[in-house]
Amino acid sequence: MKHQVTLNINGSEHEIFVEARKTLADAIREECGLTGTHLGCEHGVCGACTVLMDGQPVRSCLMFAVQCNGVPLRTVEGLADGDDLHPVQKAFWEHHGLQCGFCTPGFLMLATSVLEQEPDIDDEALREVLSSNLCRCTGYQNILIAVKAAAEEMRG
Amino acid sequence: MKPAKFEYRAPRELEEALSILAEVGDEGKVLAGGQSLVPSMNFRLARPAVLVDINGIGGIDSVTSSSDHLVIGTLARHVRFERPVTDGPLGHLLALAARKVGHRPIRIRGTFGGSLAHADPAAEWCMIATLLDATMVASSVRGQREITASNFFKTVFSTALEPDELLTEARLPLLNPAAKIGFVEFSRRAGDFAIVAASSVLDVEGGRISTARIALGSVGGTPLRSPAAEAVLQGNVPSGELFAEAGEAAAGDVEPMGDIHGSPEYRRDLVRVLTRRSLQASTEH
Ligand SMILES: Cc1cc2nc3c(=O)[nH]c(=O)nc-3n(C[C@H](O)[C@H](O)[C@H](O)COP(=O)(O)OP(=O)(O)OC[C@H]3O[C@@H](n4cnc5c(N)ncnc54)[C@H](O)[C@@H]3O)c2cc1C
Ligand code: FES
Ligand code: FES
Repeated sequence: MKHQVTLNINGSEHEIFVEARKTLADAIREECGLTGTHLGCEHGVCGACTVLMDGQPVRSCLMFAVQCNGVPLRTVEGLADGDDLHPVQKAFWEHHGLQCGFCTPGFLMLATSVLEQEPDIDDEALREVLSSNLCRCTGYQNILIAVKAAAEEMRG
Repeated sequence: MKPAKFEYRAPRELEEALSILAEVGDEGKVLAGGQSLVPSMNFRLARPAVLVDINGIGGIDSVTSSSDHLVIGTLARHVRFERPVTDGPLGHLLALAARKVGHRPIRIRGTFGGSLAHADPAAEWCMIATLLDATMVASSVRGQREITASNFFKTVFSTALEPDELLTEARLPLLNPAAKIGFVEFSRRAGDFAIVAASSVLDVEGGRISTARIALGSVGGTPLRSPAAEAVLQGNVPSGELFAEAGEAAAGDVEPMGDIHGSPEYRRDLVRVLTRRSLQASTEH
């Protein structure tokens, strides 16, 4: 049986018709065509699939699309404003917070939610939060540096 | 890595959820935070025919205090406990434990009741429930029953819950305001499951320990109390030597299993050290 679901992603509504077993991640990628959200492990460990649900970071591989009818979702495609990158994106670019880029959408969403909620987060707490996601390339130091730079920029 | 087909039910009322569970029997599975169930469905280790999503049911996520208990609704998310939910040592103990449950995105979705029902012997909430001998409340169309922690956890991933039962709340006894609580765990990376975890509660009266509770996680099929370590402490004056002796006793009390994370000997060593550290930390704040 298929379900009629409305996914509200980055302010746009996507009417989709999916089986209950379709994960939120797969629905975002395959039904809505937003392939910025990446799938690494599909069991909650890597965080590549992190999206914001009601402003909170969640693993989209561990939710089903049917659970998200009408809930405001944000993905990496919603960060930039046209050609203007979001401060977190700009900081990743400037501080080499990525190499292959596979983990980057997840880190960008995680970092964005943290900085929106706790703009003054201290280094230790920030390291703790960033430990949620895995990166096989950077060694994390530049990700940390980038998020700290973005924090400064966002505080203005 | 995609789940098998299932029928999705999303009741809005508790009664409706219970009647669905009664109707589908062991074909059904409750979906709470999904942070343990969905990974196992993605691996197809779990293939429930019917998924009963309880996230839309109101009123089962409350955290309230009665005169002698903290009553935790099953759907209370882990993240909620990161800041003390109640004054005094219990709120503090839960906050120490909450910060060790996976990572923030896991804690935002995962639920207290889901963790208990999942019954991972490494889970922080299962160890805390064992430490405090919490009471679990199971509801079904047949009625409600209370199950104490020692009867609730059966073995790895297995509890006393029947297929038609929903865990609706957990009741944790409030602690003496002066109780000394400790919680420590060892894992190789932040957010990983504990290789071993230890927790303790001491009441000290007139300079001597009047009651001692020690619980250990990830050393057997269920979290365990350590009667030998508790006996060492009982009636004695708290000191570094006494805590070291309790650590020895706890190590002698367990028969840990070995896996890729640690051999039985290594885990026993961790029990010795972490029990001592939990006790030590509890008397330092
Ligand atoms: C990367 C990662 C790291 C993690 N690290 C840790 C960790 O360090 N420590 C830890 O404790 N946990 C950890 N977890 C697991 C997490 O805490 C889960 O949230 C928890 O184990 C299950 O809770 P849930 O609400 O997500 O339940 P679900 O996954 O929805 O359900 C788990 C099981 O319980 C059953 N169930 C759920 N609610 C009820 C109910 N009310 N009545 C009857 N049955 C019910 C389900 O049917 C299922 O069998 C981790 C998970 C991930 C993905
Ligand atoms: S793909 Fe979701 S956490 Fe790895
Ligand atoms: S940049 Fe390659 S995985 Fe992080």
